[in-house]
Amino acid sequence: MKQISVFLENKPGSLYGVLQKLKEWGVNLRALSLADTAEFGVLRFIVENPEAIVAKLKEEQFAATLTEVLAVGVEDRPGGLCDVVEILTRAGISIEYLYAFVSPQGEKAYVVLRVEDLESAKRVLKEKNIPILEELPL
Amino acid sequence: MEKIQLNRLKKVLIRAYHSLPYYRKKLEDAGVDVYDIRSLEDLKYLPFTTKDDLRRAYPFGAIAEPMRNIVRIHSSSGTTGTATVVGYTKKDVELWAELMARTLCGCGVTAEDVIQVAFGYGLFTGGLGVHYGAEKLGATVVPTSTGNTLRQIQIMRDFGVSVICCTPSYALYLAEVARENGIDWRTMRLRLGVFGAEPWSEEMRVEIERKLPIRACDIYGLSEVIGPGVAFECEERCGLHISEDHFLPEIIDPATGRVLPPGEVGELVFTTLTKEGTPVIRYRTGDLSALMYEPCKCGRTLVRMKRVASRTDDMLIIRGVNVYPSQIESVLLSFDGVEPHYQIVVKRENYLDLLEVQVEVAPQFFSDEVKVLERLKRQIEERLKAELNIHCEVKLLEPKSLARTEGKAKRVLDLRKKEGMV
Repeated sequence: MKQISVFLENKPGSLYGVLQKLKEWGVNLRALSLADTAEFGVLRFIVENPEAIVAKLKEEQFAATLTEVLAVGVEDRPGGLCDVVEILTRAGISIEYLYAFVSPQGEKAYVVLRVEDLESAKRVLKEKNIPILEELPL
Repeated sequence: MEKIQLNRLKKVLIRAYHSLPYYRKKLEDAGVDVYDIRSLEDLKYLPFTTKDDLRRAYPFGAIAEPMRNIVRIHSSSGTTGTATVVGYTKKDVELWAELMARTLCGCGVTAEDVIQVAFGYGLFTGGLGVHYGAEKLGATVVPTSTGNTLRQIQIMRDFGVSVICCTPSYALYLAEVARENGIDWRTMRLRLGVFGAEPWSEEMRVEIERKLPIRACDIYGLSEVIGPGVAFECEERCGLHISEDHFLPEIIDPATGRVLPPGEVGELVFTTLTKEGTPVIRYRTGDLSALMYEPCKCGRTLVRMKRVASRTDDMLIIRGVNVYPSQIESVLLSFDGVEPHYQIVVKRENYLDLLEVQVEVAPQFFSDEVKVLERLKRQIEERLKAELNIHCEVKLLEPKSLARTEGKAKRVLDLRKKEGMV
């Protein structure tokens, strides 16, 4: 699954600038995370048709890029995320970052992961019967 | 004085002509015969020496003596060949100490004083220049060099330091650190500050004297001419006396090169009259000043120069270190992911100069990973540090966030207080 990332300066209006454009283009955000450091921020989000959106963002002079991420559904219960992370940890796969949200139906939680070794991660998760999603459910 | 100057001038010109190929070429191109100098007035026919001339001569092209006669090398900032290198013979080092002793004496330092030298020791001329002068004067030298401010203050107290020598901005920083640590200046012997290596204002002098129990004196010098010890403020504090028996000053119109009459503000130009290692003829300092020949109330007859407030070029002086925006630009251009759009912001925080370099991150470089961006920032800071010898804070910006101008881009934003300078 592809995620869009946008570089943001730490200043008022940075986030607004991007979101305003997405609103203008009628883009619905499926998942979103905003990482910040003392110096700058990185906005990451998942939308439909990411290639077209990232091209439009670049046209608007944003520093935007596409990143291949992994999305999995886990049971919405204590330890659900822990089990997934355990599988990756045992395989020695390090996680760059992740963000998660609960589905509206409340049965599943969805986790978006950026890992160093994407192929190995997919393999070990499949081996343990953790479904890898091709797109995030609405 | 003029007789001494003329005699020395004739000698230095002949020496420079015979031992400096770059200078011989300049003279020949200008059609000047060094044996035909009749008066100090004739100086105006001689070609200027610029910082670029000395840079092109890197490393030893501006040294007029064989290396076996050179006992010391100093250099301005820059590690990539853009630096200017000066050489000193044994006699030059002795002369320098003599001039620096004269300078310190003029500021009111005596053999009874304990002087803490908090200028950098190394290729920079500040530390060693003052050091040898203070020893020559018979004062007790505490060579702390720069850094570790709290320890500097402890040493000042424990060793009974009476004179501090550093940049004026560092003096204010010392005062700040002392205040934060509850140190009472009244328990210390400090009485005098000898400050140089950066332009400062009259307001800053008032501020220093308010926060520290001292009299603050200005000294002037530059490595291309000898280092500190070119000029000093006496107790009257109305301009700096130039040691004109060794450095012949002129003020020129920076645009035309025409010599300006006394009192008029223009670019300060020096000809060294006695230096052997690296003599310079009509060296254009880039510093704006004016010369005052009226006698000083202190009784000294040496010509005075107005304190330097600004420059003819875009050189920045950051904590005593010379920085050209072009040096920063060349470092930035060596990175793939960085847009050539940048801005240099100079700030003064806690009385210390801070250099912030704002650079736009190119979209094609932008990484989703925070650690990659942080690495880029760190790498730029490291390379700037290697090039400039001072730390810069790098700030990554979104593409196209810096204002674009039609004409010459305004690359430098100097937010330091300017007013009050001559």
